[in-house]
Amino acid sequence: MQVSKEEILHIAKLADLNLKEEEIETYMGHLEEILNFAKVVNKAPIDGLEESIGVNEAYNIFRKDEIIESFNRDELLQNAKEQQQGMFKIPKVIN
Amino acid sequence: MEIYELTVHELIEKLDKKEITKEEVLISYQNRIDEKEKDVQAFVTITQQEAKDQLQKIQKEENKSKLAGIPIGIKDNICTKGIKTTCASKMLEDFVSPYDATVIKRINQEGMVCLGKLNMDEFAMGGSTEHSYFKKTKNPWNLNKVPGGSSGGSAAAVAAGMTPWALGSDTGGSIRQPAAFCGIVGLKPTYGLVSRFGLVAFASSLDQIGTLTKDVRDSALLLNVIAGHDKKDSTSVQKEKEDYVATLKNDVKGLKIGVPKEYFGEGINEEVKQSILKVIEVYKELGAVVEECSLDVAEYALATYYIIACAEASSNLGRFDGIRYGYRTKQYENLKDIYRNSRSEGFGPEVKRRIILGTYVLSSGYYDAYYKKAQQVRTLVKNEFAKNFEKYDIILTPTASNVAFDIGSKINNPLEMYLADLCTVPVNIAGLPGISVPCGLNKEGMPIGFQLIGKPFAEGTILNAAYSYEQNTNFKNNKPTFKN
Repeated sequence: MQVSKEEILHIAKLADLNLKEEEIETYMGHLEEILNFAKVVNKAPIDGLEESIGVNEAYNIFRKDEIIESFNRDELLQNAKEQQQGMFKIPKVIN
Repeated sequence: MEIYELTVHELIEKLDKKEITKEEVLISYQNRIDEKEKDVQAFVTITQQEAKDQLQKIQKEENKSKLAGIPIGIKDNICTKGIKTTCASKMLEDFVSPYDATVIKRINQEGMVCLGKLNMDEFAMGGSTEHSYFKKTKNPWNLNKVPGGSSGGSAAAVAAGMTPWALGSDTGGSIRQPAAFCGIVGLKPTYGLVSRFGLVAFASSLDQIGTLTKDVRDSALLLNVIAGHDKKDSTSVQKEKEDYVATLKNDVKGLKIGVPKEYFGEGINEEVKQSILKVIEVYKELGAVVEECSLDVAEYALATYYIIACAEASSNLGRFDGIRYGYRTKQYENLKDIYRNSRSEGFGPEVKRRIILGTYVLSSGYYDAYYKKAQQVRTLVKNEFAKNFEKYDIILTPTASNVAFDIGSKINNPLEMYLADLCTVPVNIAGLPGISVPCGLNKEGMPIGFQLIGKPFAEGTILNAAYSYEQNTNFKNNKPTFKN
């Protein structure tokens, strides 16, 4: 399994990560090695088997749509690095 | 015997008889932390004053629970209101949760006292606790060895007597493997038995909170507190509450135990193998029916685990963007810079590696080859276990194929580190309960553990079997040496 530099940069972009030049090399090597190991799944006798999305059979678990007490806004904002008027603050996105 | 050497059920007994007081218990553990933490480095946050205040409050409220005043340590990926929850990451270095995890609510209702937050691999990704952003935890049996991971701080703190018990989380072995490495008991409950609300998510379909304790009775005792449906976690199962302590009968006569031959072949350390073979003899002597069986999915399960766990992690960790909580970069001009630079500066190398792998296997062109196949293998693994459970009540394997390794010896070889999870990950893939029980020391004095795997929600069966082994053997006489 060969992973190209372009591919790793594309993946990093999808994952919102910057990679330094030396990180690119390291991660390329590791990714190749791990993928080479992981491709053993192709040898597994899985013909005709359904995909499992998890452990339990239950797929959707519904509850009543009720108004319940929620968190205090100020408490939730406490971990934000910037806030204004009870909102999370981010740089301008529309010019 | 010092107070910090006692199990929780022994503490309760002595408190009942008024031989000791709750204050003495807390002081004993806090003194022990003062003495040993500098060597072991198990805690990210020590809540010395908070613990004293909490005990005072409990005394004032006259909490009648038997567990009132019993100290506990918490893995640092379980949210505690007002106390930092860092996941051992720079990303959450100053994060203070605005709410308690459901398990924390439950232990608080019992009046337990939190001694602090315990070290781990960053975001629970790793098997040695070396991937913590803050510190490397040492194994109390030999300070040059890793304690295992990712709940390495929890396991080391219990083994060192710095807390009588601890909560951990287990996604692919993160409770059982460090428990084995540190000579204690580690229980991963069935997926859905314990609420994950307030556990910082790594791989949501595999994560489960569980216990790290000095003995099996304490595991049952703590499981009694944390198990149960929670409407805040829709994957937690509606089920009648069981008393797990009552399942401990010290009787395994007629119990059918399957031992998969695949776990005793190439790759298993000889001393570990011999130790597990002795465990089998003990069970036979106790009247259990032990047979060799086949569970030919280990290699597939491991590959599947790393595909699914990383895929889910890459999605779960998308929330860390520097906006609502967590680290924010100083270098930015626009929103995209905040996302990118905060993530790149805030996550450590192992977390990035797993996000990259997870993003890769989910990306267009590779989804079918990896993720879809892995989900099918997941079905295969579940079926193979189910087939075995038609014949056996319990499956017995080593917990890890080797004992704790030297600090630094595997850190640059991620694949080798991953391969060490061979025995534990199938249990998470199938969502089953598993317990690691100490069964001896190797020539160098490092602990060895064996694993019992049960049917879904058969915690009682594996706890009783573990208890029977423990009651008829004497691992307890071994104590960590803290040697250098």
